[in-house]
Amino acid sequence: MITTPKVSRRTFVIGSAAVGSGLALGLKIPFGPGVVRAQDGSPEINAWVVIRPDDTVVIRVARSEMGQGTITGLAQMVTEELECDWSKVTTEYPTPGQSVKRKRVWGDFSTGGSRGIRMSHEYVRQGGAVARTMLVQAAANGWGVPVAECSVASSVITHKPTGRTTTYGKVAEAAAKLTPPDKVPLKDPKEWKIIGKSVKRLDTLEKVTGARVYGFDLKLPGMLTATIKDCPVFGGTVKSFEADKVKGMPGVRHVLPVGGSAVAVVANTYWEAKTALDALPIVWDEGANAKVSSATIAAMCTEGLSAEQAFVNNKNGDAKAALAGATKKIEAVYSYPFQNHAPMEPMNATAKYTPDRCEVWVPTQNGEAAFAATLTASGLPADKCEVYKINLGGGFGRRGAFHDYVTQAVLIAKQIPGTPVKLLWSREEDMLHGKYHPVMHAKLTGGLDASGNLTGLHLRLSGQSILTAVFPQMLQNGMDFLTFQGLHASGDFGIGYTVPNLLIDHAMRNTHVPPGFWRGVNINQNAIFLECFMDELAHAAGQDPLEFRRKLMTNHPKHLAVLNAVAARAGWGKPAPRGVFRGLAQMKAFASYVAACAEISVTDGNKVKVHRIVCATDPGYAVNPAQIERQIAGSFVYGLSALFMEECTVKDGRIEQTNFHDYDSMRIRQMPKVESIVMPSGGFWGGVGEPTICVAAPAVLNAFFAATGKRIRSVPLKNHGLTLV
Amino acid sequence: MARFTVNGTPVNINVTPTMPLLWAIREHVGLTGTKYGCGVAACGACTVHLDGAPVRSCVIPVAAAEGKQVTTIEGLASGGTLHKVQKAWVEHEVPQCGYCQAGMIMAVAALLKDKPKPTDADINAAITNICRCGTFQQVREAIHAAAKA
Repeated sequence: MITTPKVSRRTFVIGSAAVGSGLALGLKIPFGPGVVRAQDGSPEINAWVVIRPDDTVVIRVARSEMGQGTITGLAQMVTEELECDWSKVTTEYPTPGQSVKRKRVWGDFSTGGSRGIRMSHEYVRQGGAVARTMLVQAAANGWGVPVAECSVASSVITHKPTGRTTTYGKVAEAAAKLTPPDKVPLKDPKEWKIIGKSVKRLDTLEKVTGARVYGFDLKLPGMLTATIKDCPVFGGTVKSFEADKVKGMPGVRHVLPVGGSAVAVVANTYWEAKTALDALPIVWDEGANAKVSSATIAAMCTEGLSAEQAFVNNKNGDAKAALAGATKKIEAVYSYPFQNHAPMEPMNATAKYTPDRCEVWVPTQNGEAAFAATLTASGLPADKCEVYKINLGGGFGRRGAFHDYVTQAVLIAKQIPGTPVKLLWSREEDMLHGKYHPVMHAKLTGGLDASGNLTGLHLRLSGQSILTAVFPQMLQNGMDFLTFQGLHASGDFGIGYTVPNLLIDHAMRNTHVPPGFWRGVNINQNAIFLECFMDELAHAAGQDPLEFRRKLMTNHPKHLAVLNAVAARAGWGKPAPRGVFRGLAQMKAFASYVAACAEISVTDGNKVKVHRIVCATDPGYAVNPAQIERQIAGSFVYGLSALFMEECTVKDGRIEQTNFHDYDSMRIRQMPKVESIVMPSGGFWGGVGEPTICVAAPAVLNAFFAATGKRIRSVPLKNHGLTLV
Repeated sequence: MARFTVNGTPVNINVTPTMPLLWAIREHVGLTGTKYGCGVAACGACTVHLDGAPVRSCVIPVAAAEGKQVTTIEGLASGGTLHKVQKAWVEHEVPQCGYCQAGMIMAVAALLKDKPKPTDADINAAITNICRCGTFQQVREAIHAAAKA
């Protein structure tokens, strides 16, 4: 959930000065006549589609590809309506500066919140349909025949009565001169030919040859390389640094203050910059935050669990009265830590500044947010700035709402006008200056009647709000509704249970550690809280966890359908292999329904083997099932790494973990067999990249209880002496 | 000075002997397919072959490569033909973001040279690279496919 940044929409001089690679030169479409051309001269049919004489179709999409396959999926959707030859499709990114000039014709650039497909499907299909209409019209005009007598398939237009044919490449010039129709009817999903097919993604080859250029790999003529240290205590500043001590070191060109809180060394190469930065004496003014520790944060969150004041998000009946009158009352306290995104490619950005122009090359999930950061840091207006999106080595939310590295790169480049500077963060800097998964504690209280029915449930959250720190304008009378993802009364994050008396509230307890959107965001902890406690309630009621849930899910058939699907596939209720135990979880997130059944064994009391996870998802429509399966399996690697190994602890106001040796991540030996059930039921569009991440952890924790009789209520499991084997 | 060959081409670069091989390859030889991920040999993104053996180049000083043969991801294919591991990677669509995959592929290529038909246990022992996108299920499939190729 990331809003579009406010960027200044100035009046633009039409011209070629701002044109980036592979982009249209003219700027009048869609509001005036004239053909817009790509850099190679090929005509643009509309903003989405450029067609070359050899019938190559260039599809432009604003969302970022970071491994999730969204570029391929969006290209499939344009292709579906365009009726072009898939084997001749290629893609490119428009730049944010171009988009602003063209009144945001490509829509939202933000690629987070699992929105790449589900929030773009309408306008990208429309883009394809409009282009097809224009191309067929152009062919009909050329033949002097009614358009109704023409058909099109795979980029070939046929005049049915005479059998004459032509191709998109041949009529593109004429089509580009036509006035686009306002709106074209889209196909019924039943007619889809390429949406729903597991076509191969378009970007694999260069990833296996080393040819793909990521931000870290960028080379520009005359470029220098910088690396940086920001005050390790969030909110602290630089008191002093002794540049003279390192200025004579090999390759060092500049030692520069950056924004008051950081120091950068600029050198000929990264290794020279890093060597000098490590040797540079810096004195920090750490400020009052240096007193904060994980213990003080935990104490604050614990206090919130029983605080009088809290934001109420989901309430029906009278939970407190129901709990007071319950035959049996069950209470449990859970907690979830700060976690770093740790994408494989650390943060980086390259900037070139002159008083007349600022350009930035950056791997980003949101080109427009990077553009906004460039404007702010450079102090230049939008028509003097441009951002070029470079391939990302992972995003996971770190590169969406936050462009601190862009700000830094521009602030460095401003001090060396005319010289491109590539700013590379070390892994250590990346670990110390994340935008962390927020810390959250929860107290759950449930009441059962004499028959073991759930009569009341109170889920109290206590911990950090992301929106307060990042998008305070989105708060609702102070409440951060995102904190309740997966627990809302209805909607894209609606809870799957009907409880007669329910209260879900949040005691907001913010820290100085900057929070961020971390793959899945708040469903990670909310799924553990709700789904593990459901298991606790079922156990207290003496009922099977699946049957206990089913009774509460009769009003939630789509939630129930995915849960039933995993139970059936996993063989719930039937004997598991000797020593293997099962656990369940379900959730709705980012508009998709997801469920998992985990099978684990525990040896020596502390070695946990996750053998298999059966996962089901109903995302409404499945554009590319093979890529969905990869997202599911991948989300479990991220989610299980977080469950077993990952915690950022705070000492003296700073994060203690500095690299993968103390912030570990799963390896192939620990990978369970993941069986995916992709079961789109139609009629809505749900996300794919994030929803499933949240069901792995509670399914494993519930299986751990089944195996050992022990409830684990805090993450990560390494703190309980448990290892993933 | 450091002298070694990269993908069969002799290189002679003027760098401090303690510079990690990774940065010599990336910034002096100019081949950026080999990635930086951690700098402490924890993640494997920087894996290259040194005289045929897989090493984590972020902690190997360039002096250790003196007179030796370095193979990077750019040198794995021969004469325009992809290595069987690369082919399997394409066929099974292994990469997601792709950033760690050069190191992963180099580690797997070395494994298959050592053990042409690796068992799952062999894979578990030899392949310890981190992939944050989580491609392991496809990595395992593709290793077995490459072993059959």
